[in-house]
Amino acid sequence: MTTPAPRHIPDRQGRAMSRLVLRWEVLLAVVALAIFVVNSLASPWFLDPWNLSDATFNFTEKALIGFAMALLIIAGEIDLSVASILALASTAMGVAMTLGAGTPVLVLTGLAVGLACGAVNGALVIGLGLPSIVATIGTMSLYRGISFIVLGDQAFTGYPEGFAWFGQGYVWWVISVELCLFALAAIVFAVLLHRTGFGRAVFAVGLNPVAALFSGIRVGRVRFILFLMTGLMSGLAAVCLTSRLGSTRPSIATGWELEVVTMVVLGGISITGGAGSIPGVVLAALVMGLVTFGFGLLNVPGIVMSIFIGLMLIGVIALPRLWSRRR
Amino acid sequence: MSGRVRALPREALLAAVIAALCALVAMRFPGFVAPANLAGVLNDTAPLILLALGQMAVIMARAIDLSVAAVLALAGMVAALLDGIGLPLAAVVAAAILLGAVLGAVNGLLVWKAQIPPIVVTLGTMTIYRGTIFLLSGGKWVNAHEMSVPFKAMPRAVILGLPVMTWIALAAIAAMAVLVRRSGFGRSLLAVGGNPDAAVYAGIDPGRVRCLAYVLSGALAGLTGYLWVARYAVAYVDIAGGFELDVVAACVIGGISIAGGIGSVGGAVMGALFIGVIKNALPVIGVSPFWQMAITGAAIIAAVAVNARARRGRGRLILVPQRATP
Repeated sequence: MTTPAPRHIPDRQGRAMSRLVLRWEVLLAVVALAIFVVNSLASPWFLDPWNLSDATFNFTEKALIGFAMALLIIAGEIDLSVASILALASTAMGVAMTLGAGTPVLVLTGLAVGLACGAVNGALVIGLGLPSIVATIGTMSLYRGISFIVLGDQAFTGYPEGFAWFGQGYVWWVISVELCLFALAAIVFAVLLHRTGFGRAVFAVGLNPVAALFSGIRVGRVRFILFLMTGLMSGLAAVCLTSRLGSTRPSIATGWELEVVTMVVLGGISITGGAGSIPGVVLAALVMGLVTFGFGLLNVPGIVMSIFIGLMLIGVIALPRLWSRRR
Repeated sequence: MSGRVRALPREALLAAVIAALCALVAMRFPGFVAPANLAGVLNDTAPLILLALGQMAVIMARAIDLSVAAVLALAGMVAALLDGIGLPLAAVVAAAILLGAVLGAVNGLLVWKAQIPPIVVTLGTMTIYRGTIFLLSGGKWVNAHEMSVPFKAMPRAVILGLPVMTWIALAAIAAMAVLVRRSGFGRSLLAVGGNPDAAVYAGIDPGRVRCLAYVLSGALAGLTGYLWVARYAVAYVDIAGGFELDVVAACVIGGISIAGGIGSVGGAVMGALFIGVIKNALPVIGVSPFWQMAITGAAIIAAVAVNARARRGRGRLILVPQRATP
């Protein structure tokens, strides 16, 4: 017989929270390091700089979406349509390309479509007051559905040469453009979440929207901005992925919404809102990227990796909870 | 706080919409409403109905089960493999149902005992269960010629003019209707979904009720797994991929509130039939099947928007309407 658990809100939130987050991040860092060591022992090709550089593509695009998703989940909402936004943005870029658009227009198209999709999600959730999980399951089907209507079983190929820079270009030696975008986004979102008033508003909305409202925070506006951001970052990921693959199919990035949510939750973002940090998401991205890459080198099939990621997702959440209950 | 009162007009509305859809198609293609074709639509929709019934119980208890399609696929594969080693049909079907119930219990126990949010649990188990199919089958397909004749024949056998698969769906609808409306478990589902804290004071353990709902959903998915594999006479890792979203969509369209506590068997069935009719009507009227996904999405959004409208004006928190003002 369980008793209803009142929501625990520590009165000295800053300290307790940072201690918790620190512990989580340390745990993640240890896991990342362990995977790194195991992998480098298991495969002689693991430590090759170019191999490691290739491995970063396993997580950069997903992490771009993950940072925005982290803020959204902290604020108590979720967006399951991100992979479909990516598909629709990519399709729109393909249409723009067939109309003869150059690289700058293509990129703007991708970002604009992402932003527009985010705005639709925001309008449904904040404007109509729909639960975000259902609204975005709906738009998830709708956005990718539009891609299927446009493309059917066809594909867009033949993107202009300059467009390849985003997904295939290198800034310096093995440092890819995508990796730089990842690092830049990590810093921007970390500052936004942990050093600005907006970031504090995001936490407040996630912990207690009614209290946040009484404290003068425009709860609806904060949430709407977060949906816009998530859409925009999905558009950016669409630019990167389309550029890297050089083609668009309506099935592009299928199932990514789950991998992005897994990454965010693994990064210590509370799925019930109100807690989490961007460094945690960065570490989770590294862990997932390293696991995928290491298993790949050992010829482990992708689906077995997904078992491991599923176990990791449940394990990292269950173990601390079971452990703290025992004490 | 009875789910029945509010759900009734919704079911009538959906029935009217489905009838209108059929009538529209029939104007151009009268063959669509021929009894034989409608029975075919019902049979095609049977798996969706079975899963939607389980999902309904889970959602009513304020949880969600995204692993249903993976449970279906895993149970289906196990059924095909057991059939392959010569087990009798009854044992194969029992094993599929039991396996589904066990997989559902894993979900339920993680939600109940480890207190992990339902969406996280079932996102995780969804990939784990799918991966397990690969481990069991080595990525190989089990094809029709490797299945025994009774294994394949059972769902297609016709009794009183309808295939067994349809009869199983109808039996499940009847059983669930009794369970939800006439049993203590059904009342517990509504109580837990409506207000878990109040349910505790009424002597109901929300975790236990949720866990049982997951077991139910898993068992139905296990049974459907056998039916699916036997009907299409093939089992592989990706069968019913993405089907969990159709299932959730059927429930949402059927007026089952994702916030828990509101829902009815009739709603879930109507929601499933709505999707089933669209799926079957599109090729008939010559619309590319590629439209189906977008139409389903639009239907989900429209359905939740209507739900939200119905709930409005039920004043709960005085300040909530201001949430929307920028």
